[in-house]
Amino acid sequence: MNRGHRHGAGSGCLGTMEVKSKFGAEFRRFSLERSKPGKFEEFYGLLQHVHKIPNVDVLVGYADIHGDLLPINNDDNYHKAVSTANPLLRIFIQKKEEADYSAFGTDTLIKKKNVLTNVLRPDNHRKKPHIVISMPQDFRPVSSIIDVDILPETHRRVRLYKYGTEKPLGFYIRDGSSVRVTPHGLEKVPGIFISRLVPGGLAQSTGLLAVNDEVLEVNGIEVSGKSLDQVTDMMIANSRNLIITVRPANQRNNVVRNSRTSGSSGQSTDNSLLSYSQQVEPSFEPEDEDSEEDDIIIEDNGVPQQIPKAVPDAESLESLTQIELSFESEQNGFIPSNDVSLAPIASGTNTEFEARAADQKLLEEDGTIITL
Amino acid sequence: MPSNPRTQEASGRHLSVGAFSRTLLDTFKATVLTSSLSSTLIGLQWAAANMRRFLRPGHDPARERLKRDLFQFNKTVEHGFPHQPSALGYSPSLRILAIGTRSGAVKLYGAPGVEFMGLHRENNAVVQIHFLPGQCKLATLLDDNSLHLWSLKVRDGVSELQEDESFTLRGPPGAAPSATQITVVLPHSCQELLYLGTESGNVFVVQLPSFRVLEDQTISSDAVLQGLPEEARQRRVFEMVEALQEHPRDSSQILIGYSRGLVIIWDLQRSRVLCHFLSSQQLENVSWQRDGRLIVTCHSDGSHCQWPVSSDTQQPEPLRSSMPYGPFPCKAITKIFWLTTKKGLPFTIFQGGMPRASYGDRHCISVFHNSQQTAFDFTSRVIDFTVLAEVDPSAAFDNPYALVVLAEEELVVIDLQTAGWPQVQPPYLASLHCSAITCSHHVSNIPLKLWERIIAAGSRQNAHFSAMKWPIDGGTTLAPPPPQRDLLLTGHEDGTVRFWDASGVCLRLLFRLSTVRVFLTDTDASESLNAQGEEEWPPLRKVGSFDPYSDDPRLGIQKIFLCKYSGYLAVAGTAGQVLVLELNDEAAEHTVEEVEVDLLQDQEGYRWKGHERLAARSGAVCFEPGFQPFVLVQCQPPAVVTSLALHSEWRLVAFGTSHGFGLFDHHQRRQVFVKCTLHPSDQLALEGPLSRVKSLKKSLRQSFRRMRHSRVSSRKCRPAGAPGEMQTAGITKAERTGLQNMELAPVQRKIEARSAEDSFTGFVRTLYFADTYLRDSSRHCPSLWAGTNGGTVYAFSLRVPPAERRMDEPVWAEQAKEIQLMHRAPVVGILVLDGHSVPLPEPLEVAHDLSKSPDMQGSHQLLVVSEEQFKVFTLPKVSAKLKLKLTALEGSRVRRVGVAHFGSCRVEDYGEHHLAVLTNLGDIQVVSLPLLKPQVRYSCIRREDVSGIASCVFTKYGQGFYLISPSEFERFSLSTKWLVEPRCLVDSSKTRNHSCPSNGNSMGPEKAVGRARNSGSQSDGEEKKPGPVMEHALLNDERVLKEIQSTLEGDRGYGAS
Repeated sequence: MNRGHRHGAGSGCLGTMEVKSKFGAEFRRFSLERSKPGKFEEFYGLLQHVHKIPNVDVLVGYADIHGDLLPINNDDNYHKAVSTANPLLRIFIQKKEEADYSAFGTDTLIKKKNVLTNVLRPDNHRKKPHIVISMPQDFRPVSSIIDVDILPETHRRVRLYKYGTEKPLGFYIRDGSSVRVTPHGLEKVPGIFISRLVPGGLAQSTGLLAVNDEVLEVNGIEVSGKSLDQVTDMMIANSRNLIITVRPANQRNNVVRNSRTSGSSGQSTDNSLLSYSQQVEPSFEPEDEDSEEDDIIIEDNGVPQQIPKAVPDAESLESLTQIELSFESEQNGFIPSNDVSLAPIASGTNTEFEARAADQKLLEEDGTIITL
Repeated sequence: MPSNPRTQEASGRHLSVGAFSRTLLDTFKATVLTSSLSSTLIGLQWAAANMRRFLRPGHDPARERLKRDLFQFNKTVEHGFPHQPSALGYSPSLRILAIGTRSGAVKLYGAPGVEFMGLHRENNAVVQIHFLPGQCKLATLLDDNSLHLWSLKVRDGVSELQEDESFTLRGPPGAAPSATQITVVLPHSCQELLYLGTESGNVFVVQLPSFRVLEDQTISSDAVLQGLPEEARQRRVFEMVEALQEHPRDSSQILIGYSRGLVIIWDLQRSRVLCHFLSSQQLENVSWQRDGRLIVTCHSDGSHCQWPVSSDTQQPEPLRSSMPYGPFPCKAITKIFWLTTKKGLPFTIFQGGMPRASYGDRHCISVFHNSQQTAFDFTSRVIDFTVLAEVDPSAAFDNPYALVVLAEEELVVIDLQTAGWPQVQPPYLASLHCSAITCSHHVSNIPLKLWERIIAAGSRQNAHFSAMKWPIDGGTTLAPPPPQRDLLLTGHEDGTVRFWDASGVCLRLLFRLSTVRVFLTDTDASESLNAQGEEEWPPLRKVGSFDPYSDDPRLGIQKIFLCKYSGYLAVAGTAGQVLVLELNDEAAEHTVEEVEVDLLQDQEGYRWKGHERLAARSGAVCFEPGFQPFVLVQCQPPAVVTSLALHSEWRLVAFGTSHGFGLFDHHQRRQVFVKCTLHPSDQLALEGPLSRVKSLKKSLRQSFRRMRHSRVSSRKCRPAGAPGEMQTAGITKAERTGLQNMELAPVQRKIEARSAEDSFTGFVRTLYFADTYLRDSSRHCPSLWAGTNGGTVYAFSLRVPPAERRMDEPVWAEQAKEIQLMHRAPVVGILVLDGHSVPLPEPLEVAHDLSKSPDMQGSHQLLVVSEEQFKVFTLPKVSAKLKLKLTALEGSRVRRVGVAHFGSCRVEDYGEHHLAVLTNLGDIQVVSLPLLKPQVRYSCIRREDVSGIASCVFTKYGQGFYLISPSEFERFSLSTKWLVEPRCLVDSSKTRNHSCPSNGNSMGPEKAVGRARNSGSQSDGEEKKPGPVMEHALLNDERVLKEIQSTLEGDRGYGAS
């Protein structure tokens, strides 16, 4: 079955990588093509296969270079794991029902306690009932800082993910003015600023936005020259996937460049492959990714469904690479908002996650949908 | 970093071994390729993506050329009555009327179709307009004391109005401003001189066209004083000049009237006083009899006096003095005409003079002739009036034939030759806002039959008008006859629908439909009361059509839908009333069937706090010829009807409110179905008529109404002055403080995604009938589509029985689809495209051979236009095909959308269907069908002009209308082919040598300035057609643009959200 993997395994061949997988007391060793790791799903199947546990739900974790136990549950962190493994990828498998979530996280394998945290939280060492923040499989991004490498250090591009109506975006914007350096000296120019954060709202809970931050872009579109109402409308129109570039009022917390020392949770070491795209296209280039915006159709049988996208005719290399591309750009937090090109909506980027989000939506709406 | 959404993909998937290796192998191939060539490939990809973007159709030269043949933006003509008129002028020789407005516009009207518009650079009110005798020129006086000279010049066979010169009279350094404040202007018949009366009492003389002051000819008050006998000198201090008139026969004499009551006749050649008249009352105005032998003066106490003119005897007392509405104190007579007739006594026509206590608030012009006396009572303030009479100075009598009155809200012309002095119906300057316009509906290309029937019905309504030919008929129109018959229907607050001929330059009222008769209103009682209340004296007679006061706001018309083929009309109003009407050439008496439709479908727990529904009149009602209602559907709760559609072939009418929508079979007079769209948590929608904002507006209006009613205009009105300043000064002051308050409040906007729980999500925004493939691709069927404010589209499939069994079998409907747009923006338009991607034709269009039948072979597509996006879905299986995001990219939202056919100006018979779109920023865009590619964009309406944007209506051939004031529609055209604009020639043989054609700028300042004013803050976007130089210059100058923009933005005031 896994001829492809066996081939060339164990040797010092550059293209392969050894994997050591532990489930309970059992170890399995096999190798993977480093340059071609495949999808997480396939890897998961492979693990189940090699451990002969085909119907057991398991959690997969790996030890990163710092010795942290980190989960593998999607393509991204799987690829991350593969790309950072040196030379060996150590995999730890737990049964889902027995899983110890607290095992995951920073400094989990090398149990050296941070002195400072001990001082600040003296009860830390006591075995306190652990708060499960979230099941690892429920991880979903709430916000992220993106494009750190291409933006000026004084700017911050923040992406807010809105899932249904769980939590309000929770911020207000206002008109204001900021001082700019222009060829004619300093000039006061009108700008849009965050005026208020709603307590408990998404914006506040991320900590990435603050009152008096100047809004420079909304989903890649500059706001200069636009009125408050226009910017409001743009933000609302993009509210399901809002990317705003701000100039923080407080410039002391800016991300400092070239200091990617910690790879703990992969935030800053992620762009091994993807920077290509930015080198070629440094500006924010939106691509059509509207999966989060899928409309719902209820046919006369009364069952709500997501509206499928009409499949374009050309199923070719282009469409394949296009998928790759959109996947890559997405991995970098590049969420395109734009379909200026008006090309037919590409198929194939749907994921279960989106479908799930849509399902949630429907559950909420069951009350209103009256079908004849 | 939070993990990727793809996490979900992992759970619980089991791949078979074979599948697993196969996929890995496939990926391997692809990945090897990618990794080895990754940089190049990705680079290529991005480059390709960029190419795609650059190669947007906008950059395809062939398409660009075609676009130039198809699209062109022009504001062509302003229909209706100028907002806030402030001055009237008339040229008896040119037979052209001029109206000046408070915003500095000058509009000229001659024969129907002859129209000119000019705009002063200064945003000041036009106070006076004077045509220069015998020339195609006019002088205007603004309230900043500046004089402007305009002329009509012929270029390329077409006259253009342009400003030649401007001038401000300046006194010596140190003189009081009043010394040169112009009060009266007299253009002298020598064509070269203007006499300017001032507040100081001096009369200055300027030479035209250069506006050179001839100081040696100034008639100073001192010089006049010298020429007066001792007793007159002592009694009077000179005050401002109130009247200046040239001797009707002898151009060397002029009359000067001073405000304290002194009138002199001045000899221009010898610079001396020929004679003088002293009145004990303040002088208001003077009229000089045709032969120059009699002077009639009018005074502030409501009296007028006659003074015989003879140089030998000085009369200390007037020959005759009368106070027409005495003996109790009367208001001033501000202007008087004394006009002789061949038969009988002269006409005495004067403004004002009413008894102060009981009729002081009326706006009256009285006409006395022989034993006939009438006080024409206007519903709005009289700005100025003039009398049309014999032009030839050598004729023995004036023989006046028409009285032209410019009131604040309308132009009234009265036929003085026909007994009873009936009104003459003006062919233009229609008072669109005689009751406030609440909605409008345009129907292009009306079949001749229907057109004639509407005109026939309308002519009976106009029987009371005089048969006199329109007396103001100067100039000739060169515009080609309108290419087709177009109807513009306006719905009004008082429950009327007006049918306007919108085919050409003149917007003409064809027919007036009142829905009031169907309902029981409290007007019935008050009408009879009014009739009794009118007394015999003064002989008041109400004239004009302006009546802004609605008896019952519930009567207001909100939606109109006319089927031009069948003559069926559906009209819906504020209190949930939907009327279906049919055109009947005969008067008829019948009962209107009333059906109540419960849109809440007995849902519990709702309480309507708004107005009650209108009570329908029971029993048979008599209807005049024209559109006669036969069915009344009353929505329950009686919320305002927000959408309406009529399908005359299926005989169905669909209507929607904020609660839901319903379908009614008006053939069987039976409800087919109703659908409640209300979200259970939406309390606001239930409470009543659209939030508090509306009611605030209403109360404001009512308080203004009270103000107007109680107003007593004790103030003296200068005949052509800047009246009304005081009255509106109060308003502007209030507005200003309001604005200041708003600026103080922090303006902030909440950023929140739309949710199903938002208010008014159930508000039905659009309804659409289509014969399409709703359920399966083999069978098409009638369907009804509805779009809501919450981004939901409902589709119902209908079964309409065949014609022969139409009466026997019920129409049947079933919900087939419901589409929920995830972005939840209001759905403003729904359209189905046929197999050739052409919009489905209108009902009956095919039956009348006016359209190709739709392609029912290929697959149909559904276009849903929300405020934020355009989306195309396939049918019958709904899958997303294309979309165009508007708001996400540019922050503008769709306000109006219409399908228009754009014909090519170059190739006969070539045309394309596209969407004309108006955004909330006032931009107009053309979006292509079916590919949704933006074609052109023009800025059209200022973004602050909310009512203008809300009033916009598109025609089917790429034109449109929007309100630039409550009383004026601006007409615009997006099409190169369909352009309705005035082209006319005014020719005065005497002045031909004056109008030397000038080279250079190909465009008159009139046009350039007009556009500059209208085009607002937007740059004209991507599409710059080779246009007139001025426009380009203006819009390309970034600095100017920014300036405009900043002032506009600075002016905005918003409350906190």
